[in-house]
Amino acid sequence: MSALIVADRLRRSFHVSHRAGFLRRRRTEVVAVDAVSFTVDRGEAVGYVGPNGAGKSTTIKMLTGILTPSSGGATVCGLDPAKQRRALASRIGVVFGQRSQLWWDLPLAESFELLRSIYRVPRERYRERLAECVELLELTPFLATPVRQLSLGQRMRGEVTAALLHDPELLVLDEPTIGLDLESKERLRTFLADLNRRGTTLLLTTHDLDDIERLCGRLMVIDHGRVLADGPLSELRAEVVTERTLVVDLTEPRPPLTGLPGVREVRTELDGLRQHLVFGRSDTTAAALISALVGRVAVHDVSVAEPGIEELIRRLYAR
Amino acid sequence: MADRVYLSILGSRFRSQLSYRTSFLLDFVAQMLGQAGELIVILVLFGRATELGGFAVHEVLIMYGIAGVGFGLADLFVGQLDELPRLIRTGQLDVLLLRPLSTLAQVVTGDIQLRRVGRIAAALGVLVYVLSTSDIAWSAPKLLLAITAPLVGAVLFGSIWVVACSICFWIVDGRELANAVTYGSNMFSSYPITVYPPWLRRVLAFVIPGAFIAYYPALALLDRPDPLGAPAFLGWCSPLIALVAAGVAGLVWRFAVRHYQGTGS
Repeated sequence: MSALIVADRLRRSFHVSHRAGFLRRRRTEVVAVDAVSFTVDRGEAVGYVGPNGAGKSTTIKMLTGILTPSSGGATVCGLDPAKQRRALASRIGVVFGQRSQLWWDLPLAESFELLRSIYRVPRERYRERLAECVELLELTPFLATPVRQLSLGQRMRGEVTAALLHDPELLVLDEPTIGLDLESKERLRTFLADLNRRGTTLLLTTHDLDDIERLCGRLMVIDHGRVLADGPLSELRAEVVTERTLVVDLTEPRPPLTGLPGVREVRTELDGLRQHLVFGRSDTTAAALISALVGRVAVHDVSVAEPGIEELIRRLYAR
Repeated sequence: MADRVYLSILGSRFRSQLSYRTSFLLDFVAQMLGQAGELIVILVLFGRATELGGFAVHEVLIMYGIAGVGFGLADLFVGQLDELPRLIRTGQLDVLLLRPLSTLAQVVTGDIQLRRVGRIAAALGVLVYVLSTSDIAWSAPKLLLAITAPLVGAVLFGSIWVVACSICFWIVDGRELANAVTYGSNMFSSYPITVYPPWLRRVLAFVIPGAFIAYYPALALLDRPDPLGAPAFLGWCSPLIALVAAGVAGLVWRFAVRHYQGTGS
């Protein structure tokens, strides 16, 4: 696999001036992104998460050429974003959840047509690409509607299509599901997951951890301008979260099932009909626990609950 | 072709604006009236005086006409730069930066206002009328000058506009300041520069090249020597000055966008 994004000690600071007495201003330096390095391979789907002001958007701006780094550098699609912004623009697609790249007074279809000529997409390829998006994102009912009259969910589907018309190798999404209802979110996620499967690299920032859970094989957590963790979601879980929970549904209520090897804590629900067995990841396995269980009680159903991603990130911060 | 891209952007703007016919017509008339208002001011002045800065009414109206058409064209083509502070504040400028096209061309074509043709129509009407009723010794070069002067004026106004609006990259609320320069230069260039105090004349002639928009070309058309003693060939120099101004404006804009990329918003 080849690297599509290489960030090499990317750093960006801003000068903020404060009022310091009458007419006097003091300039202080705020570091938004502090020597961030990472590599994203072609075909990956990476979630870039962190609290507000962590430096996510600043990183994205540097990777797309909107902002020049204070120091360090980046290579995206083999180009230097700061120096080759316009050349890079034809190779990447960017969706901002909060700002539109469509023309508010034009019907969606005409916005697409304009973007086709802006990106100089050959007519034949444009037609194929558009037909595909129209079908998968179900755009037909509102293709002729002026953008200003679209609902947020409809507009976002339009935005994603707009970013894909020129067949970019990399799709960058900044908070793509913000403000969407559940159904629209799900539709968008399904589409993006499919897109990634067919080879488009995804880099997305989000506050919605379901986006990551559904879309991203890899998670990068950033805070205060530094990458706190970087790796597959499952590995990060194993590393940070040392406990798992086996949820057991019994055929009849029982007192708490204490004394099983490796179990650290037992919580009961429904008078003991459902029991949560918290066990150390390194002490035992779910399989060993289940076989120990069936010898003692009549089990109706079992499931393993992984800690949620919020929990994961909370622990990363606490680390 | 890149040009075709801009044509299709412009075409879409026109179609969208013409689809609200009544509102378009009202805006169009309002723009005409705005331009006519300045005409009335000049006529009122001449109701009180027989000359202004040493010039008769038809001479002043030639300057007014050239400046008016030039400003109208500039307003039509680059007037959207007034929206720059909004584009910066909302982050919409970032979207433009993410496209494989010139940022300036996108800002300019992105929201072109066809109704501004109203202003051009009014000024052009006055210019054609005054030129045809004035006592001008027409010749081929002069005819060429009369036709190109408003266009050259448009390039000069446009350049002034781009430079003035670039300030918004440093001061987001710099619009008022920019407008003072752009609309101000229109007002100044509608009158003979002889009515202004010497320091302002120098600024208009050499810093903001407003005198080259209408004053010097009008003198050349009228075969009048400059009461201030400037050589007669200056009236024919405007295209050259416009070329330089456009070049400077392009550089200033590039510098300003670089600055934006260097600071963010």
